[in-house]
Amino acid sequence: MSSPSNGPALPARTYPKRPAAVYFYATCLVDLFVPEAGMDAITLLEREGIRVIFPEGQSCCGQPAFSSGFPDEARKVAASQLDLFPEDYPIVVPSGSCAGMIRWHWEKIFADDPTLHARAAAVAARTFELAEFLLHVVGFQRRDEGEPIAVTLHTSCSARREMGTHLVGRELLARLGNVTLAHHDHESECCGFGGSFSLKHPDISTAMVSDKVAALKATGAREVVTADCGCLLNITKRAEKEDLDAGRAQPSLPGEHLATFLLRRTGGQVAERS
Amino acid sequence: MSAQPNIRGGDTRPIAFVSAQALRERMHEAVNDPHLRTSFRGAMDFLMAKRAAQFPDESELASLRTQSEGIRQYSLSKLPELLEQLEANLTRNGVQVHWAADPDEANAIMLGIARRHSAKTIVKGKSMVSEEIEFNHAMEAAGVEALESDMGEYIVQLAGEKPSHIIMPAIHKTKEQIARLFADKVPGVDYTDNVDALIQIGRQVLREKFEHADIGLSGVNFAVAETGTLCLVENEGNGRMCTTVPRVHMAITGIEKVVEKLEHVAPLFSILTRSATGQAVTTYFNMISGPRKPDEKDGPEEVHLILLDNGRSQAYADEQLRKTLQCIRCGACMNHCPVYTRIGGHAYGTTYPGPIGKIVSPHMMGLAQTHLLPTVSTLCGACGEVCPVKIPIPELLVRLRGEAQSAPHANPAMVGQGAGYSALASFVWRTWARIYARPANYRLFSWLASRFRMFAPSRQSGWTAARTPLKPAPRRLRDRVRDRR
Repeated sequence: MSSPSNGPALPARTYPKRPAAVYFYATCLVDLFVPEAGMDAITLLEREGIRVIFPEGQSCCGQPAFSSGFPDEARKVAASQLDLFPEDYPIVVPSGSCAGMIRWHWEKIFADDPTLHARAAAVAARTFELAEFLLHVVGFQRRDEGEPIAVTLHTSCSARREMGTHLVGRELLARLGNVTLAHHDHESECCGFGGSFSLKHPDISTAMVSDKVAALKATGAREVVTADCGCLLNITKRAEKEDLDAGRAQPSLPGEHLATFLLRRTGGQVAERS
Repeated sequence: MSAQPNIRGGDTRPIAFVSAQALRERMHEAVNDPHLRTSFRGAMDFLMAKRAAQFPDESELASLRTQSEGIRQYSLSKLPELLEQLEANLTRNGVQVHWAADPDEANAIMLGIARRHSAKTIVKGKSMVSEEIEFNHAMEAAGVEALESDMGEYIVQLAGEKPSHIIMPAIHKTKEQIARLFADKVPGVDYTDNVDALIQIGRQVLREKFEHADIGLSGVNFAVAETGTLCLVENEGNGRMCTTVPRVHMAITGIEKVVEKLEHVAPLFSILTRSATGQAVTTYFNMISGPRKPDEKDGPEEVHLILLDNGRSQAYADEQLRKTLQCIRCGACMNHCPVYTRIGGHAYGTTYPGPIGKIVSPHMMGLAQTHLLPTVSTLCGACGEVCPVKIPIPELLVRLRGEAQSAPHANPAMVGQGAGYSALASFVWRTWARIYARPANYRLFSWLASRFRMFAPSRQSGWTAARTPLKPAPRRLRDRVRDRR
């Protein structure tokens, strides 16, 4: 199946009924850099009465190598992940980018191996981005216990164009009574992360993330929320640098994962920040 | 050592990285030019809004894209026979058909035609393929004047530059810059930045040229095999002048532009103009079916078509890379590209800039010169999303990155395969795979990274140029999950 990144109209996805358990595939960035987002996502799911299984053998979906032009290395890593989900439970990923890799590109990298290809296809079919899972499978609906607040939302390009979940984040926020969503200029534009792109072409990446941060700040929103940790790190670390350079003590654009935001607003106990 | 070693056939000479460095320098300069940034952002915003206004109905757009993709893929699936059919029908219509493998051959053919007619002046309609073969330089070197008649191309030519966009060649220039250029370069013209006045100045110069030119040159948007018809899409009427006023008309196009039937043209024409300039239809749509017939009052006495390969058959030979040739040159991918918007067209250093340039130039120029181009993308997918013929541009960029990185082998799919190979990058990714493909290795590695987080460097390559450093968390998610249970 070809990737739908040439969208925009993605085929409508059929969602399963609320399962008893899910596999939580945290992604390498969350495991090592933003574990609190992973903890909050797990708490959110468990609070809904869903058992969350964290496969110990998980490392990475292989995307960094795949998109850098090293498909063999990506294949090795992806192949090591195929055994992690023996039961027929949905696999929930707190990132549109990694979910997109599993859902669309695993099949491609195993195209020459019918056995692995079939297994990858079966995994792809039950892989969901956290936000779409919360909205369409869980039917997330909790009372907003927070003070009125305006936030702005950044949707990753993979969520938007590979997973087709760009409206999902909005819908989840709309279900919080006291949250106003402030739309920003050039909202559908990439934040300039692009994995190794940010290291390989720092000039252009900087130009893009600076524009994104400026657009987010211009909304006057108190914070930025996103469902992808790559974008989250790119945007918040850029904003931090601007604060540092300007000698500001207070962060001008704090950001957090959508899972954390949803949990905190709806009376949940968020994980300790690292 | 030649600047562009051909490593097809297993030649493993080291590759010169000169042009990659040049690309880096051009991009650096462009992205730090505030004037360029503002003007491209404004222009691209305008074009995106124009396109969006043409497609209010998403489902209509989706079905038109699917139809257009289908037509292009169908045409390519029969490309060899359609080209033969095109040649036969054009010949029957009195059009002389020439085949050129590369830019030199194409220029030699056209110079031969010019010499035969003792031509001094060639007036040109807009043609990106003529840019691709550096036609103007070739003619100039042979003492033949080649004058651009498309307003944007005329401006760019006066300035001694190249197009920065395939549809709007002079999009990088401000009104004031054009006013200054005309005052300096067009004899008898005083400075004016009145746009209408500037256009009138250009028109007057060009009117005269049309009258006296020996040859008119044009591109081709669609070549119809079953009828032997060359279709030309334009707005200024200069294309019609070039193809009807001079005694000789030369058309040049890439071999991929052929479609089988006339009925295939209408959907492509519609999605082309709407995607490109946001017009429901262009002012002119020319259908050229041969030279002037004995009972006709106007039209050229001779019509030639030059069909150029220049790397296209290399793309054609590979099922995936063939999708590159679906392109109908609308430019929507560059209008929507966040990278193009920030560096403009010149920084790429290729005839075709932007996303389409990144996937087509490696076939035309070889990967030795272009291997860095496919890396200049976040793979955000905006290009693929708007492409009217659904070229999976991000997927092709990833493929080209792989071709550039792979160690050269005997039957490469592309000239210059492995030109971006670096022993260091290769080592890094092999090591990465060894760590991440084995749970025990990954657990140890990530534990060490977390345990010794205080040693995370404060300068992290390009990352910290604009951001605070990344630091692993003191406890990994897996540790925190385990603690809780």
